[in-house]
Amino acid sequence: MAEYLVCSEEEIADGGRRVVACGEREIGIFRVKGALHAWHNMCPHRQGPICQGRIYPEVIEPVDEKGEVRTLLYNEENMHVACPWHGWEFNLETGSNAGPAKYRLHRAELAIREGQIYVVL
Amino acid sequence: MDISNKDRARELPVQQIDVFTDTRDILAHANRAAKKRGFEDWLICDVDAHHTETISWHELVQYIEDPVIRHQAMLFHDEKMGTASYGLNGDMGLKYQDVGGRIPHQAGIREKVDDGVHRDVTLSRRAMSALGVDYMVLFPTPMLTLGLHPQPEMEVYLGRAYNRWLIDKVLSKDDRLKTLAYLPFNVPKEAERTIEEFSGQPGVIGFCVPSVRHKAVHHNDYMRIYAMLEERNLPIAFHAAYHWQDQSLATINRFLGMHALGFVWCNMVHMTNWILNGIPERFPKLKSIWVESGLAWIPFLMQRLDDQYLMRPSEAPQLKKLPSEYMRENCWYTTQPMETVNMKALQLTLEMINAESQLLFASDWPHFDFDLPQEIYDLPFLSEQAKRNILGLNAAKLFNLDPTPRKTL
Ligand code: FES
Repeated sequence: MAEYLVCSEEEIADGGRRVVACGEREIGIFRVKGALHAWHNMCPHRQGPICQGRIYPEVIEPVDEKGEVRTLLYNEENMHVACPWHGWEFNLETGSNAGPAKYRLHRAELAIREGQIYVVL
Repeated sequence: MDISNKDRARELPVQQIDVFTDTRDILAHANRAAKKRGFEDWLICDVDAHHTETISWHELVQYIEDPVIRHQAMLFHDEKMGTASYGLNGDMGLKYQDVGGRIPHQAGIREKVDDGVHRDVTLSRRAMSALGVDYMVLFPTPMLTLGLHPQPEMEVYLGRAYNRWLIDKVLSKDDRLKTLAYLPFNVPKEAERTIEEFSGQPGVIGFCVPSVRHKAVHHNDYMRIYAMLEERNLPIAFHAAYHWQDQSLATINRFLGMHALGFVWCNMVHMTNWILNGIPERFPKLKSIWVESGLAWIPFLMQRLDDQYLMRPSEAPQLKKLPSEYMRENCWYTTQPMETVNMKALQLTLEMINAESQLLFASDWPHFDFDLPQEIYDLPFLSEQAKRNILGLNAAKLFNLDPTPRKTL
């Protein structure tokens, strides 16, 4: 097991990220609703740089009681990262795909000590 | 825990990929994958990649042959404000390929380019080296709907200008860049002239009919074109696209649906006419390539046409074998966008089209659904020889290219 020092905790603000190389592996560390989440920068689709994608809120389409739709909305409760290669989207907190949950990001372990963030591989 | 192995993580220079990111950074993972798979020794031909010709439209219109139209076009670009490209028809703003900015390289490639050659040469070279490609066949992008132009002569002016401009500015600068030259198919006599003029020019390895058009590929007017290509041993490609003004797709409201069907529908219609009217019987050595429709449509059409043909052979009297047999013996297909969610279906598709000899790798870079050579390499059900054929050797044979790999990874 190896540890890699990333940065101090306050360097990643809410909604921010830090994508780093730890030896041969690349890890993206994101802060969402105050908590840190780390994912391998390897999209389950075709190994694209998922953690370097743009962040969007989940898109929803509310259906009213008559079964009709009128608009698309952003749901800020679920923040997604979209892979810059082909657009696959994943929830930044759970790592699940925006569609079928069987496609998932691979989580990396973090350790926080004395205000510093470490990736544990 | 081994605390002695406490390294500093290295911050990646690109934290978020956007339209300004260098192609080599966007495709850094692809390059690593190519090295890992030992692609140095593999010939890889990318039979369908793109550039955005409209970025250079002010330059391209200078190659219009007709002096009056050329003058008008140059003034248009010098003086008009807030307009599209001179003479070009198309979908204007209905271009949602980048999924609202999620796929930046589809929206725009605005990276710094200062190598002293045309930007399209530099950008293509960067993509080739990142993907591990030896030869790249370039196609235009907005011009893929030029076949619907209300003025048939404009297809001739612009198609010819495009061919001349591309050869002069791009293809003649790097002999690894190739094209299937634009055929102004709405004016058959001009298409014949195009074949005469551009066959043998630098980088021209065949001719392309952009498939979005309402012209019957079996019309007698086109037989001379097919004979000329067959005689010269040059393939004809049908490059698919979508078009929102297509009445048969008029109810589709999501780009996803439009793209899924539009890029397939135009080639299904042409292929049906191509086979049922016996073009492969009339021109048995003519090689047709079906570009950018993916692969999943082919088994459907094979089954469908075979069944219907056997019930109504009197309506296709030129056929001596099943439609599917012509489709697997006389036709070639590019891979992209290769549908991979159901691997069993893909395996059957590759068997049905005799992929070992008929399938040609294509990336479609830089579009949103681009493919990588590794996808072919990683298929669990193909022999190494089949993979080598699909990735490059089939194309080398079809286009008469030297099969020695030329890239450095
Ligand atoms: S590699 Fe991420 S979407 Fe394709």
